[in-house]
Amino acid sequence: MSDKNRLMDLYRRSVLQHSREPKNFGRLESASLQAEGHNPLCGDKITVYLTLAGENIEEITFEGIGCAISLASASMMTETIKGKTILTAESTLSDVVDAFTHPEKPWDSDQHGELAALSGVRQYPSRIKCATLPWKTLSAAIAGNHQTISTE
Amino acid sequence: MNPNQTRKKDAESGAALDNKRIRSDFPILAQSINNHPLAYLDSAASSQRPQQVIDAIRHYYSHDHSNVHRGVHTLSHRATEAYEGTREKVRQFINAESTSEIVFTKGTTESINLVADSLGRDFSPGDEILISHMEHHSNIVPWQLLCEKNGTRLVVAPINNQGELLLDDCLGLISDKTRLIAITHVSNALGTINPVENLIIEARSRNIPVLVDGAQAIPHQAVDVRALDCDFYAFSSHKMCGPTGIGVLYGKQQWLDRMPPYQGGGDMILSVSFKETLYNELPYKFEAGTPNIAGAVGLGAAIDYLSEISMPAIAAYEAKLLTYATSAIGQLPGVELVGTAAKKAGVISFNIEGIHPHDIGTILDHQGVAIRTGHHCAMPVMEFFGIAGTARASLAFYNNEDDIDQLVTGLKLAIKMFQQ
Repeated sequence: MSDKNRLMDLYRRSVLQHSREPKNFGRLESASLQAEGHNPLCGDKITVYLTLAGENIEEITFEGIGCAISLASASMMTETIKGKTILTAESTLSDVVDAFTHPEKPWDSDQHGELAALSGVRQYPSRIKCATLPWKTLSAAIAGNHQTISTE
Repeated sequence: MNPNQTRKKDAESGAALDNKRIRSDFPILAQSINNHPLAYLDSAASSQRPQQVIDAIRHYYSHDHSNVHRGVHTLSHRATEAYEGTREKVRQFINAESTSEIVFTKGTTESINLVADSLGRDFSPGDEILISHMEHHSNIVPWQLLCEKNGTRLVVAPINNQGELLLDDCLGLISDKTRLIAITHVSNALGTINPVENLIIEARSRNIPVLVDGAQAIPHQAVDVRALDCDFYAFSSHKMCGPTGIGVLYGKQQWLDRMPPYQGGGDMILSVSFKETLYNELPYKFEAGTPNIAGAVGLGAAIDYLSEISMPAIAAYEAKLLTYATSAIGQLPGVELVGTAAKKAGVISFNIEGIHPHDIGTILDHQGVAIRTGHHCAMPVMEFFGIAGTARASLAFYNNEDDIDQLVTGLKLAIKMFQQ
């Protein structure tokens, strides 16, 4: 892959679109669960909000500042997780974090749908944390963890 | 005429430095990164080393290594000569009065921690330490630790929107309780050169010691600690073309004499018994344990190298390059420069509308351009400007206009990609 193509593979059109106009962005006043995530290396902060209806995640939003990769990852995450049961969400987020952090494994595009657009990040060790921060924050929110989680 | 003689002649005649020849001294610069020539614009984080420094360390380990100060054999003598030889080179380089005032440390951070721990030991609750809003974390956190320990209060002098110290406000914050002023000479995040001279004059009249964090100043300008009349001056070898893991604390003898040791161990004692231990004389009182001897050898070679080119020539060259870079970057659409002080050293911090610094950094890396992104260990500065971080290009005398052009080309691609 040429160098420029490698760059385009990281910043695919859908990644840039999600980062420019993230879905489900903003504070959720009625949130029953929320957690804050922090990447101390770059100063990025994100808050994930959830409302539950029984075992289902009825609403999920996020707010914060971040790079294109973390914003796109958070935006896609909210679309992936919305409407899922907590159990399914937990298993999905564990699979996604695993996929991001294991570049040697092939990316299962059937399983993670649109998130495949972010798979290029696996070639950038210093940027993988940008992609996983929203998911780890979601995990903390589900666990009812009120301490700010950190990528470090 | 050999290259060293030519360099000396250039320096004496005030001729502009020969960037092409200098670049050929730095083997690391002659490589491609991601199929582009490397444009290394991250010297404020750590500079690169010329072959002369690499050779000196190699020679030391190949021929001269042993422990210092304690053997009677030839190698120990050579190692001691090399180690103490660098102390004398440092003394000359910063024009200190005596080598007793040159303490080797791990770097600027340890130098500051040494002062905080040792000088700060008899600070009392209510005493004040005055710093500025633009300090690196290494000139904030050691003082916060001290405050936690003995109830000393940290007072912070404000800055303006250009990233300049508000000198009058700063002077106004000096009180009868001020025990120390600790201020950076040059801001690593903004490039601002602080008017430390004016601050020192006022502090002197009130007998308050001043510590200057010189990490970002020492590689870029001639520093004369006696002309400055500062009480402490801290800097790191790795930012001035020397190895990592060694730095210097300059301290006026009058302070170092009365300060207790920072760490205990070998080399810092005259005699040890279970009844009483006598501490060694200066500067060894502050150098416990086997020091970074090879680091000192490399630092000595770096000082020789910089001195041959001459610090005024380096300062003049970098000032021109800074003007070129500031104008080239500033003209790009959506760019906002962070830190626009009237007096600046070779640091250009900036943001581009709609592109996070990390994305800028990755896109530039793809084009062989190395810059730093993030908060640059100066989170209070970022908070002041209401930003999470910046992209920062920082210059050294081995950079040239081609490096800047490559940076600008890279930034244009980033802007284009994010406008899709």
